[in-house]
Amino acid sequence: MSEILMPRLSDTMEEGVVSSWHKKPGDKVSAGDALVDIETDKALMEYEAYEDGVLGEILVAEGGSATIGTPIAVLVTDGSAPAAAPAEAPAQAPAANGTPVRTEPAAPAAEVPAARNGRSRPPSSPLARRIARENGVDLTTLTGSGPGGRIIRADVEAATLQTAVLSTQAVVPPAPPSAPPAATAPAEAARPQDADTEQVPLSRIRKVTARRLAESMRTAPHFYLTRVVDVEELLAFRATLNTALAPAKVSVNDLIVKACATALRANPVLNVSFTEEALLVHKRVHIGVAVALEEGLVVPVIRDADRKSVSQLGAETRELAGRAREQRLTPQEMSGGTFTVSNLGMFGVDAFTAVINPPEAAILAVGATRKDVVFRDGEVIPRDRMTLTLSIDHRACDGATGAAFLGQLTDLLENPFRIVA
Amino acid sequence: MATVTYRQALRDTLRAEMLRDEDVFVMGEEIGVFEGSYKITEGLLKEFGPRRVRDTPIAEEGFVGAAIGAAMLGLRPVVEIMTINFSLLALDQIVNHAAKIYGMFGGQCSVPMVIRTPGGGGQQLGATHSQNVELFYSFIPGLKVLAPSTPAEASAMLKAAIRDDDPVLFLENLALYNTRGELPDEVAPAEIGRAAVTRTGTDITIVAYSRMAHVAAEVAERLAGEGVSAEVVDLRSLRPLDRETVVESVRRTGCAVIAEDDWLTYGIGAEIAATIQEGAFDWLDAPVRRVAMAEVPLPYSKPLELAALPSADSLVTAVRDTLRATGRR
Amino acid sequence: MGDTDTRSPARPRRPRKSKPQPETLVAYYRQMLLIRRFEERAARAYTEAKIGGYCHLNLGEEATVTGLMAALEPRDYLFTNYREHGYALGRGIDARRVMAELYGRSTGVSKGWGGSMHLFDTESRLLGGYGIVGGQLPLATGAALAIDYRGGDEVVMCQMGDGTTNIGAFHESLNMAALWELPIVYVVVNNGLGMGTTVAHASAEPELYKRAAAYRMEGAHVDGSDVIAVRDAAHAAVERARAESKPFLLETTSPRLRGHSVVDPARYRTAEEKDALKAADPLARLALELEESGFLDAEARDKLEAEVRAEVDDAAAFADESPHPDVSTLFDYTYATPVPGASRRLPADPVF
Repeated sequence: MSEILMPRLSDTMEEGVVSSWHKKPGDKVSAGDALVDIETDKALMEYEAYEDGVLGEILVAEGGSATIGTPIAVLVTDGSAPAAAPAEAPAQAPAANGTPVRTEPAAPAAEVPAARNGRSRPPSSPLARRIARENGVDLTTLTGSGPGGRIIRADVEAATLQTAVLSTQAVVPPAPPSAPPAATAPAEAARPQDADTEQVPLSRIRKVTARRLAESMRTAPHFYLTRVVDVEELLAFRATLNTALAPAKVSVNDLIVKACATALRANPVLNVSFTEEALLVHKRVHIGVAVALEEGLVVPVIRDADRKSVSQLGAETRELAGRAREQRLTPQEMSGGTFTVSNLGMFGVDAFTAVINPPEAAILAVGATRKDVVFRDGEVIPRDRMTLTLSIDHRACDGATGAAFLGQLTDLLENPFRIVA
Repeated sequence: MATVTYRQALRDTLRAEMLRDEDVFVMGEEIGVFEGSYKITEGLLKEFGPRRVRDTPIAEEGFVGAAIGAAMLGLRPVVEIMTINFSLLALDQIVNHAAKIYGMFGGQCSVPMVIRTPGGGGQQLGATHSQNVELFYSFIPGLKVLAPSTPAEASAMLKAAIRDDDPVLFLENLALYNTRGELPDEVAPAEIGRAAVTRTGTDITIVAYSRMAHVAAEVAERLAGEGVSAEVVDLRSLRPLDRETVVESVRRTGCAVIAEDDWLTYGIGAEIAATIQEGAFDWLDAPVRRVAMAEVPLPYSKPLELAALPSADSLVTAVRDTLRATGRR
Repeated sequence: MGDTDTRSPARPRRPRKSKPQPETLVAYYRQMLLIRRFEERAARAYTEAKIGGYCHLNLGEEATVTGLMAALEPRDYLFTNYREHGYALGRGIDARRVMAELYGRSTGVSKGWGGSMHLFDTESRLLGGYGIVGGQLPLATGAALAIDYRGGDEVVMCQMGDGTTNIGAFHESLNMAALWELPIVYVVVNNGLGMGTTVAHASAEPELYKRAAAYRMEGAHVDGSDVIAVRDAAHAAVERARAESKPFLLETTSPRLRGHSVVDPARYRTAEEKDALKAADPLARLALELEESGFLDAEARDKLEAEVRAEVDDAAAFADESPHPDVSTLFDYTYATPVPGASRRLPADPVF
């Protein structure tokens, strides 16, 4: 018997509203099952069960609200039944049967490298496998939310919601997790363990993002090329365009996205995906644009960005970003990118490095525009400049090639008419 | 357009076909004077006389075989076997003769006949009178097996069956006889061998036939109220089987539940499930579930009988389980 | 007794033996000889693996077969069991087409789809040999029903073996035929053995024609080794069926000269029994009769023999040279009315 408490699902949330129950009293509940939709002050969030059991009494009916930490339902658990083994069991060890995972803090299973010859594939539905194939998702990095930990369509689609994550410095290879995966953590974990620490359940997006980016850092040897670009001309060009297009507007970011697409069309060295068997050179250019959300960043994809006008591209970006904030993007709109642009300039960040979104081979991190003093023809003059940092998968491309591409991109941005030429 | 019972649709169609074609006649046990155990032949003896409405002795092997022989000479007999349970007595004639004659003699002689017979439990008729053994016939190349679920389907398919030059096992169902539905004034013969998507949906495919197709429609309606969009595929023809329609639907929905009125092991649903895994493997997000009769001789006791038969509730349960497995509920 | 409501069980008629013309007798002899040589040739071809499956022969039944076929009009229908090569020849089907069917060739009467047990020919109205014991009885009864339905004057003859009289379909069919007064003659060819089981061991009423009485049907028994006796008895039954639309049960008795099928060595027979059979050989008996009455001397008989052998050799050669059905025709005869979804997949073909 345990209580399900109103979870904390946003940083500013104090109470939540039960929007709808996915289960009714008497229903079997498995860890990972979607249990209830909670409306926070920011968004509508799906909340999953942490334990197996049977849903008992619902204490807060649909439409009712409760403050964080107050019980909203009762989960009847069979005390003798072991909690489900972590779905993300080490590759060689299939989910242990009959080995109860203690709910007291216990040493987590150490992360074991995938066996070289063992069958390490987690259970997955054929549909999930197909979508994973089509989107270059590595199933071994996913946790299944289906029965018995089966990876289902929903899991793969969530994994394609790419999140461009701010990583201030090179991320060290992940240490063994210091806590069991949230999906299998005991419900008590939702309660503060002590006054100084608060445990916030992970959203599905957050979990997927964490896994994918860790995988990216683990498998793709990143290297970074940084260049300061003079954007004086670009800003002037944008002003001209906006005068001509009024009331429509294009942003600097739209021009950068368009420039990337144009550069990739001319020189597709980074429009690729690395696989063990071959380098996949993509014939179309689909650029992902990172959009900030409450629980991370999602990356809607502008398809065939090289063939679209800047204004069209801008309108599309704003439309997708708007729907991203309403959580109304379809998985298709968030998958299939061949290159990503992540811009933190609006947050005042001068420069940063971004983590590549697999299966892409590169991501461009765009910093803020600054007035710098530069030497030109023996004079000191103020110029608008921004710092671009290109993260590249070294397996797909080497330094010189990447540098050449960055040079071409810089050239376009400093001579903006060429972007649309 | 009139609203009629399944029974009335069958009777009117039989009568119309007898009026249309002198070679069409009906034979079976108690179909004349008694007007049929289930009254499908009501009034026909009065109208057409004993030559065309032939009461037979209780001799399924004999009279089914006689119908085959008459069909070999070009007549179009419509045989009524009182219930499908009794068809077992004629199994040799149906399987070893009706289904074989066209092929075994190199296409020299066809057998244009229809065997109408109801299946179905739920009437407390006990173990020997409540079975659904359409599988036995659906298994046999050379036979065509139809299983309509609505009055309009029953009419269109009976017409098609009578006009077809092959032996057709026409499966009716006791529970369907009193169901009502719209019947157009002009019914065109159905195309044999086609399933129908009787309700479109996006979340799950329910594949069913005969009584269970009726139940599936009910269940889909009920689930729609809960925001579940279920697609219903009514097989209508068990042989030939319209695999394309089934697979095409599952490729759209990603999961399927099969509702069959027979026993699960080796049943009709097993063939559908095999078809789905071969044709829609890469589209499946959950295992294919089957809802079928409990594997027992059907008991007489009402509660036991109810527990053994597939119902709307059991179908709802399987649908919910499957949706849950795909993370959609 | 004696009143119209309760007829006494029919007594067997003893058909008077008519005096046939010499040329008729010789023609019967030639027909019997053709069946004999054809079946011997089939037995040989079977041992040469030219014929597969089962192969049941009419050896020793030549008089019965010939007599029965002589009683039918061309428009009449015939249904038989699986021991029917002689009947096909007796209906006038070319020996080539019969042998080709045994060889499983596309030129066979059933295009190679039926084999020895399933000879069918629309033109001569042989509506099939049937491999399931008793299977042909309801069918033949239904054919008679169709004739009656349409008011035709054809008759159906339905041949069977002695073992068939113990199967349900026999009783159901005879009951319906009598009840509905159908123009059909059921013929039981009693060779004394159902495979290896004697009639006495299998039938509580071993005088099989008497079973007609249960359905108030006329029945009779005739010596199956006497072609004229068989013809006359069958003719009487057929014409009565035609005129009065009444069924009849005729029993012919004749010993089987070989085993149940060519692979049966008939070890259950003693040497004395075999000698007696040879003595009772209907062909030898008729040859002797024809010689004694001066209708067919040894020379003419030798000429006939050479003719028949040539015909059988030609049939075997024709069969051997004929093409097997093409595999592309495998799906040609599943349904008479084409239908979508009819499977055309070979064993290794995927469904999708």
